Amino acid sequence: MTSTTGQQHPISLYLKIWGLLFVLSTLSYLVDYFNFHGYLRWTLIIVLMLMKAGLIVAFFMHMAWERLALVFAILLPPLCLLVLVGLMATEADYTFLTRLLFFR
Amino acid sequence: MNSVTSPASTAEPPGRWRQLVADWSSDQRAFQVSWGKAMMWIFLLSDTFIFSCFLTGYMTVRIASTTPWPNPSLVFSLKIGGAEVPLLLIAIMTFVLISSSGTMAMAVNFAYRRERVKAALLMFATAGFGVCFVSMQVFEWSKLILQEGVRPWGNPMGAPQFGSTFFMITGFHGLHVSAGVIYLITVAVRLLKGRYDGPGGTGGNYQIVEIAGLYWHFVDLVWVFIFALFYLW
Repeated sequence: MTSTTGQQHPISLYLKIWGLLFVLSTLSYLVDYFNFHGYLRWTLIIVLMLMKAGLIVAFFMHMAWERLALVFAILLPPLCLLVLVGLMATEADYTFLTRLLFFR
Repeated sequence: MNSVTSPASTAEPPGRWRQLVADWSSDQRAFQVSWGKAMMWIFLLSDTFIFSCFLTGYMTVRIASTTPWPNPSLVFSLKIGGAEVPLLLIAIMTFVLISSSGTMAMAVNFAYRRERVKAALLMFATAGFGVCFVSMQVFEWSKLILQEGVRPWGNPMGAPQFGSTFFMITGFHGLHVSAGVIYLITVAVRLLKGRYDGPGGTGGNYQIVEIAGLYWHFVDLVWVFIFALFYLW
């Protein structure tokens, strides 16, 4: 019966991921605590964020063991959002510059 | 994998609604997981888009704002023994939510080992962490509203968009956590009562715990992004 045996992984694996998430969260908190600035801050924030998200999706949500059909159906569409983010960042920069010109 | 065997297909030409139900319930599978799990994933994908739109909107108004954005590190600091510790409350909330993800993952594990009491207890623990998280959020909100005077349309510390995006994003996330707590408790109680055991000791199916777990881990996942993009930016 596949349904009763599906997604069985050793508890120790989950505990390790849990610990790793704690370490990564502490690190991202320290980024703020030590007041890093500029590109260093941004790189650390984004990298730590993506590592945490990856661990949660891959191991806690079992994506690492799912068939590719499901993995692609779930993970590819959000990539389109990067286009939206890019568009809106450009647009926001433009709005900001326009405001500086006309509303100050 | 037989052909469609809906009650309507044998008799008269089926009505349109019957046909729709038959099409959507028949053996046409792209995803080799149970329908419940596939549906949860599709729901979570839709939720991903909603949260992403909120965060993108927040990014847009924050970049475009000519008034300075309040420094989240200071706004969310706590006074411990006279010293201001930046972002302390948010850090504690993050650890609580990660811990709830840990207990949830273990609950799924025990469910598949058919140890339903342990699974249910771990789910209650998860829900407890969730309640703890929401309580801290209530504290955070009341502090911001009552002491700092933050409103959806303004705040004394700078850009008015800070208030609207803050209440929108954390409010929607808190709603998800609250709904998740109710969801987890419901499933755990039903698990204990034997609703998922199947007739006559046939073994039943505890996959519902994994499906509920997917939702809960997603809530934690969203918080990872909010923590990084709202509180650390």
